[in-house]
Amino acid sequence: MSDMTHTIPKARSFGLPKVNGSAVVMSLYLLFLLLPIYWLVMMSLKTNSEILNTFTLWPRDLTFDNYLTILTDASWYTGYLNSMTYVVMNMVISLAVALPAAYAFSRYTFLGDKHLFFWLLTNRMAPPAVFALPFFQLYSSVGLFDTHIAVALAHCLFNVPLAVWILEGFMRGVPKEIDETAYIDGYSFPRFFVRIFTPLIASGIGVTAFFLFMFSWVELLLSRTLTSVEAKPIAATMTRTVGASGIDWGVLAAAGVLTILPGALVIYFVRNYIAKGFALGRV
Amino acid sequence: MNKTVNQKAWFLILPVLLLVAFSAVIPLMTVVNYSVQDTFGNNQFFWAGLEWFEQMLASERMWDALGRQIAFSAIILAIQIPLGVFIALNMPKKGFWASVCLVLMSLPLLIPWNVVGTIWQIFGRVDIGLLGYTLNAMGVDYNYTQNFYAAWITLIVMDVWHWTSLVALLAYAGLQSIPDAYYQAAKIDQASRWKVFRFIELPKIMGVLMIAILLRFMDSFMIYTEPFVVTGGGPGNSTTFLSIDLVKMALGQFDLGPAAAFSIMYYLVILVVSYVFYTVMTNLDKRDGH
Repeated sequence: MSDMTHTIPKARSFGLPKVNGSAVVMSLYLLFLLLPIYWLVMMSLKTNSEILNTFTLWPRDLTFDNYLTILTDASWYTGYLNSMTYVVMNMVISLAVALPAAYAFSRYTFLGDKHLFFWLLTNRMAPPAVFALPFFQLYSSVGLFDTHIAVALAHCLFNVPLAVWILEGFMRGVPKEIDETAYIDGYSFPRFFVRIFTPLIASGIGVTAFFLFMFSWVELLLSRTLTSVEAKPIAATMTRTVGASGIDWGVLAAAGVLTILPGALVIYFVRNYIAKGFALGRV
Repeated sequence: MNKTVNQKAWFLILPVLLLVAFSAVIPLMTVVNYSVQDTFGNNQFFWAGLEWFEQMLASERMWDALGRQIAFSAIILAIQIPLGVFIALNMPKKGFWASVCLVLMSLPLLIPWNVVGTIWQIFGRVDIGLLGYTLNAMGVDYNYTQNFYAAWITLIVMDVWHWTSLVALLAYAGLQSIPDAYYQAAKIDQASRWKVFRFIELPKIMGVLMIAILLRFMDSFMIYTEPFVVTGGGPGNSTTFLSIDLVKMALGQFDLGPAAAFSIMYYLVILVVSYVFYTVMTNLDKRDGH
């Protein structure tokens, strides 16, 4: 389809009758999205006395102390490392188990496949609040409490079904003839899967990884319940700013800004995949 | 696509099955276990039958939380779905500005949920927040920690801020996949803008929209972190949604029996609604396939 858009250049103009109207709508919407983030960034650059005593739209007394506090204090920055560690672990585990499963769902009919697929999806619907206590007991009893792998496994609860769901959509788009030709050419299944199939759905894997990152990175309830010191995520560390003298707003804001950055980086790198991936795959 | 029957495909599913069994079935059975037993401590449990379920069904607290939850999810869907589609229709189709919009719109989606709460806390507070301060300076009595309506409006605006982009991105992807020939045909027929939307764009993005509705329903129904950070369930109990109430009950008061019974009913509600959505969705898929 993408080829067609190039051959018919004029047609686009019809879809956008009022370019200016659209620009206004988008500007307003983006302003709405960015205003709270702007405020957070400004807060992180102010001193606490400026935050509490005066109301200023931008910092009069620019300071980076809040960031320095975080970057020099081990209990702060290990939070980031912990979060990163379990997010990456979760992405690897989820993709490793979801790829073959999604292939099976997209290519074969077998006993109970539809029910199995819906059952997998139901796990995406399970409220983490329901699972918090049982998870705590389960991982404590097998000695995994307060480890990165515990959080990574717990996040598989909702990430694996999601990965299977998205990947299945992408794989359905790959013609079956490709598989058959490869088998005739003497490829074994594992070799075919790694050498030929995986590169074909690379953008699908990119989009899936994006969603896996997103849902594991933003989750707090389970990661907080399953950790205490060693694997404590940054999001849970942020509650520390509530001290005896009230909330340390500046540091809290700085920590918030720093948690946005990894996400922003990921978006920047996959921005082309997102648009393309959305259009190719499940949707 | 025609699929071949192959029972060996089960072997490919096996890893997922084992993993999900470990991370979902075992915990779920623990919950079921608690829901039918009572304890006096010391790890001594005895059979309680359906007692906890009866107790929870009779408890006003759960029904109130459920009512608030349904109201919240309904309002969220009613705002986010139309707004998301509207935004998607107005997004630039390609080029530099399309990238800018995609990147900026994805931003709220990748912020940890408690930080979303923190952002809105900082933004909305009367003493230090841009929104709260401005509204109060304009003479509006706005204080989300004390005022019922202010708390609800803050949470709804926050959720719209947080999630509308997801709906918009999905709808945008659906719109991108419509061939230009459709628009040309509409132009020849001199169809109005509304008719183009109603008869070309809407049917074509229906499938994606169902995914968006399903995801938004599930996630708004399970919402915990953001309201917990911003309002903590208050003022009073006015924003205590199901998850907040459940965590309070299970981890705060350690009422395992009632909390487990609550959990199971909570899960069942989500399952039933999602099943309806899922069935409608697959039927739509089938119809498109023909």
